[in-house]
Amino acid sequence: MSFLTVTFAALYYAATVLLVVGLARRIRLYWKTPAPLKIPTTPAPTSTGGVVMRMFREVVFFESLFKSTKWTWLFGWLFHLGLFAVLFRHLRYFQEPVWAPVVWVSPLFKYLAFAMIIGLLGLLARRLFVDRVRYISAPSDFLMLFLLIGIGATGALTTFVTHTDVVAVKSFFRHLMTFNFDTMPNVPTDPLMVAHLGLVVVLMIVFPISKLLHAPGVFFSPTRNQVDNPREQRHIADWARKLEQ
Amino acid sequence: MAKADFEIPELKEYPEIPPVQPGATAGLKSFVAKPEMQDALGFPGELVDGWQEKAIEHMGELLGKYRSLQVFLDSCVKCGACTDKCHYYLGTSDPKNMPVARQDLLRKVYRRYFTFAGKYFPKLVGATDLNKEVLDDWYSYFHQCSQCRRCSVFCPYGIDTAEISMAAREIMDRIGLGQKYCNEIIGKVYKIGNNLGLPGPALEDTLEGLEEDVFDETGVEVKYPLDKKGADVLLVTPSADFFAEPHVDGLIGYGKVFHEAGIDWTLSTTASEAANFGMFIGSYENMRKISMRIREAALELGVKRIIFGECGHAWRVAYSFLNTLAGPWDFLDKNYPMPQHILEFTWGEIQKGTLNIDKSLNDDMVVTFHDSCNVARASRMGDEPGGQFTIPRNVIKAVCNNFVDMDPDTTHEKTFCCGGGGGLLTDDLMEIRVKGAKPRMEALRNVIEEHGVTNMAAICAICKAQFTKVLPYYGLGMDMIVSVHQLVSNAVILTGQQTEEDESKEDDAA
Repeated sequence: MSFLTVTFAALYYAATVLLVVGLARRIRLYWKTPAPLKIPTTPAPTSTGGVVMRMFREVVFFESLFKSTKWTWLFGWLFHLGLFAVLFRHLRYFQEPVWAPVVWVSPLFKYLAFAMIIGLLGLLARRLFVDRVRYISAPSDFLMLFLLIGIGATGALTTFVTHTDVVAVKSFFRHLMTFNFDTMPNVPTDPLMVAHLGLVVVLMIVFPISKLLHAPGVFFSPTRNQVDNPREQRHIADWARKLEQ
Repeated sequence: MAKADFEIPELKEYPEIPPVQPGATAGLKSFVAKPEMQDALGFPGELVDGWQEKAIEHMGELLGKYRSLQVFLDSCVKCGACTDKCHYYLGTSDPKNMPVARQDLLRKVYRRYFTFAGKYFPKLVGATDLNKEVLDDWYSYFHQCSQCRRCSVFCPYGIDTAEISMAAREIMDRIGLGQKYCNEIIGKVYKIGNNLGLPGPALEDTLEGLEEDVFDETGVEVKYPLDKKGADVLLVTPSADFFAEPHVDGLIGYGKVFHEAGIDWTLSTTASEAANFGMFIGSYENMRKISMRIREAALELGVKRIIFGECGHAWRVAYSFLNTLAGPWDFLDKNYPMPQHILEFTWGEIQKGTLNIDKSLNDDMVVTFHDSCNVARASRMGDEPGGQFTIPRNVIKAVCNNFVDMDPDTTHEKTFCCGGGGGLLTDDLMEIRVKGAKPRMEALRNVIEEHGVTNMAAICAICKAQFTKVLPYYGLGMDMIVSVHQLVSNAVILTGQQTEEDESKEDDAA
């Protein structure tokens, strides 16, 4: 095995552990922290079913962002839609045999990489040219966009311009997943592929310690996930109940 | 026009988003609470030694108690969706009045002390130490937030700046840096029973005066009872309703509706305040203590129902929190919502046909309606989501022939704060109050010009007081603002009331 292959193997194992453990700890923290008061942003659904629908619209269509500003919504939604499609298509690099739906959508979904990149460039332009957004941006906000643009661009280039030995890449990950190091092939050394794999590892590592926590966070947001029924049901946190004794 | 030593924003036909002007309102600070005011609430009198460590410690404690705070501080992606949504930003151009930047005053400290990235790469993620400069910013800008929640409507993660500013105020209180306006008022509630410090005899006097006024006007004996044991309904209303204009005209209206509905009701001296400034300062303990007065009054008077008068944040605390803070209310009559809003009650009576209404008595007005932020975005009326919008409008339309809504981007859940909510209704913050009212004033002026609107109705004591004070700065009359129950009061003809027609008939007969 080449040095590069060993390095990537080690990095991907480490990054996977950091991502899974980091996210699990964060989700546990959100889960365990009480919400002592009913604070849904009203008008809010009066039933759990209604809350599920509200959350669905929020997560899938970015309903609140749509109400806010159409440009941010358009670029943000394009990016997330593209990212989701591309990720779904990437299942083909980890499955053997490949799940049928992934095979069906693959030829179409690969073009959604462009939606992802256009969305990201739009968000970057907004961050650069709208004075209010520029004011609130930290260096990490720009770096996150560059990281994602880098991942999208290197991925799209290997798909549409200079093909890489994708069979070897898949075989590498299949071996990683099954902890089989005997017949593990080397990772291709073309710069685009190396950059793509390297940037993805960085993304996995920073996910649980960055603003990407908005992904689990939205599901725990009390203004969105609470049922509007405070008059019907008494809602009280354990720490607040202690004040009553 | 009222005189001001600051520039009054120019009203535009179409709202504009101003370019950022850093530091525009950094110097606007409300008065700091005196030691005795802090003591009364159980907070240290002045800035304590080692306040940095204590502040971080309290922040850690709050992070463990409030999921909202923990999730909101982690989740913001700085997308900018909220940047043009705050009335204080639109009115002042100060970028720290953009919701995300206001939150970031706390978030950058959170990141520094509680996150991996902020501990090891502070510059990269914009994390900073808590120092005097940051504390100064906290004091300025967390008292330039009216906790109206407009930003939370537009945030893709529902981040509510109100939760952040409440937490920041709680932290500042606990290190001895409280705000005079809020904390002095809470002290009065504990000592006397209401925000305005009106003692029992003064209330009694005022209510007797109201009874006389209504009798003189209508010839009907409408009662405004105080501390009446065994009454069915306890009315809890903001203390401004007892004497301020136009609030008191609303109180007269509640009494007329109760009278016509044949309801045995009472006010209470000890619970002579619907407002709960404990919410503004983010203090669960104080909010609970203030709420418990209502429970105690209800038990002592032996009432079966509790109804709240027109007040925005009071209705939020009542509707959303009272069951949590002072419940369970199992000793009350379960056939009625607990608590009930006076507009829910009045709308019920209108539908039942209990009230004899002559809408033409309000024909001198073209009315528009200001949705109060806490009612619109933090509570409900009736059984359906959005009842907080339809029920007040239904009542207004039932008693007025001429009603016009303002621009939909400024009503319902997108309503703009009056500019004086959340503990900002104090003269030392007049500049931010006037500037923060700009978006509402623009929408109001547009309906005045297009539809000849003469009056704006409100259902919040703070909105009414704020508009009365601020309208003149924009060249509008302070008496434009009316209570919704004032409109009801104008149009209701009491059973046995002498009308002008009756009087002229009597004259003819004579």
